[in-house]
Amino acid sequence: MMNIQKSHSLSGPVLLTILLFIAPLVMPTYWVILLSEILIMGLMAVSFNLLLGYTGLLSFGQGAFFGIGAYSAALMLQAGHENLFLILLAGMLVPLLAALVVGFFSVRLDEIFFAMITLGFGMLFFSIAHSWIDVTGGSDGLPVFALPGLNLFGVVQLTFYAPISMYYLIFVTVLICVCLLRMIVHSPFGLILKAMRENKQRVSYAGGNVRVLRIAAFAISGAFTGLAGVLFCLFNNMATPEFMHWSFSAKPVIMSVIGGTGVFLGPLFGAGVFFILEQIIIQFTENWMFFLGIVLVPIVLFFPEGVFGTLRNKFYKVAGRGLQPPSARGKRQKNEKGTV
Amino acid sequence: MLEVKDIHTYYDDSYILQGINLKVNPGEIVCLLGRNGAGKTTTMKSIMGYNHPRKGTILFRGQNISRQAVFKNVRMGLGYVPEDRRIFSELTVQENFEISFNSATEIRWTIDDLFGTFPLLDKFRHRKGGELSGGEQQMVAIVRALACQPKMLLLDEPCEGLAPVIVGQLSDIIIGLKEHFPILLAEQNAHFALEISDRGYIIDKGLIRFSGTRQELQENKENKKRYLSV
Repeated sequence: MMNIQKSHSLSGPVLLTILLFIAPLVMPTYWVILLSEILIMGLMAVSFNLLLGYTGLLSFGQGAFFGIGAYSAALMLQAGHENLFLILLAGMLVPLLAALVVGFFSVRLDEIFFAMITLGFGMLFFSIAHSWIDVTGGSDGLPVFALPGLNLFGVVQLTFYAPISMYYLIFVTVLICVCLLRMIVHSPFGLILKAMRENKQRVSYAGGNVRVLRIAAFAISGAFTGLAGVLFCLFNNMATPEFMHWSFSAKPVIMSVIGGTGVFLGPLFGAGVFFILEQIIIQFTENWMFFLGIVLVPIVLFFPEGVFGTLRNKFYKVAGRGLQPPSARGKRQKNEKGTV
Repeated sequence: MLEVKDIHTYYDDSYILQGINLKVNPGEIVCLLGRNGAGKTTTMKSIMGYNHPRKGTILFRGQNISRQAVFKNVRMGLGYVPEDRRIFSELTVQENFEISFNSATEIRWTIDDLFGTFPLLDKFRHRKGGELSGGEQQMVAIVRALACQPKMLLLDEPCEGLAPVIVGQLSDIIIGLKEHFPILLAEQNAHFALEISDRGYIIDKGLIRFSGTRQELQENKENKKRYLSV
């Protein structure tokens, strides 16, 4: 039974991966570009959800790490470094270090206080990027003129100037990162994060060093968010201070709420809904955020598990023929055995 | 094993513990009896490191732990079962135990040992903590503390809100645990506590008012009436 459930819960992500692999081959270029952006922001949102959905920490400063990753890539490219792996690695390590510092000061706080201090740090980084014109290019940002290529075993030289090539670079990177993040949330460390979301005091009674665990979660989230920033810099040919603004940091929050914070891939789905809604609404009005707000209110009110989370649970109920999502297994067993 | 020497603990400006002294020796169950608000839980939390005393010392296995963080005390061997059966309701029973295993350095009880000792919980292995009855949750809370591989156990009002039949089962479990380590039991149910304890203290308004063996506590009707409303 457990094996069937496991394969059942994996069939959705496998199908999604196949669809995302095939999609650019049959889609117009404009939609390939849009899908690239959805994947990048989806990675940012899934990384962010390691904090909100799994650890119970609402960060409003994730844009800072996204921006630091983007600037790391832009500065390396401007300095003439062309090794793609090195750029991706630096784009994770620099935000990781920044997140360790921010996390050190922030994680002792909870709820609104944590949200405010991370917002403050985010705006601090925004101000630095905005004002330090010699290094960051100020409000104009740092342009990237030459994209790094990829030499596969000395046989094939890949370039990423064409939208479809860029898409596959993003697709492969996001796929690897999402798999790594999935391994993290299903590891003993991920279990402790979930326990901390419920009650951090109880975790300390179980011998967990809450502060160190939270800093680790914050740093991991920052590193993967930074990598999303690198991808966006390559995709957009630009790193700008706007990535670090609090309004940019709000995007993964909205995406996670739309998709569902309790489901691992919910934020990725939320990123898709976010961008597709934007594309539809913007045909009628420039003030698309106003209508996004109108859409967001009923989602929060009527889909407490997010759109993706609710749809997934309905799918398990209707099409699952008795199979339950992992989160509902306990409830099912209780129903089978009756009230204790 | 544990020696609390003249600790004074505050909640902000409120002076709660006003000089508590107590001792727990290896191989014994010691109860801390008192009414609601007497200072039992504050004493437990002070020992655990959740609320450090401003004055006094707490010695555990010969080491002063009065300023030490909670997780360090747990890793040193202080197991704690907080009041209200505070388990992780969103995690399964097994996951509740795995959380504790993560911090243990020396494994004396494996997961299988724990489920073997408490076969009732084996049936609920994959059920969420929040879906269990009060008695089962209390059992999970105790076993979770065992998963931390303790050298001493602090139990805070374990029979609060439980049916008498369950309280009886709990007594047997606690007596069984005494073979492995000493236990400090905070209780307001004097009948339950004195049935299983070797010695005890009566606490009231942040001070130890009486201490003695189980027999002395049971026979001293005046103290029981004055401080425990029995």
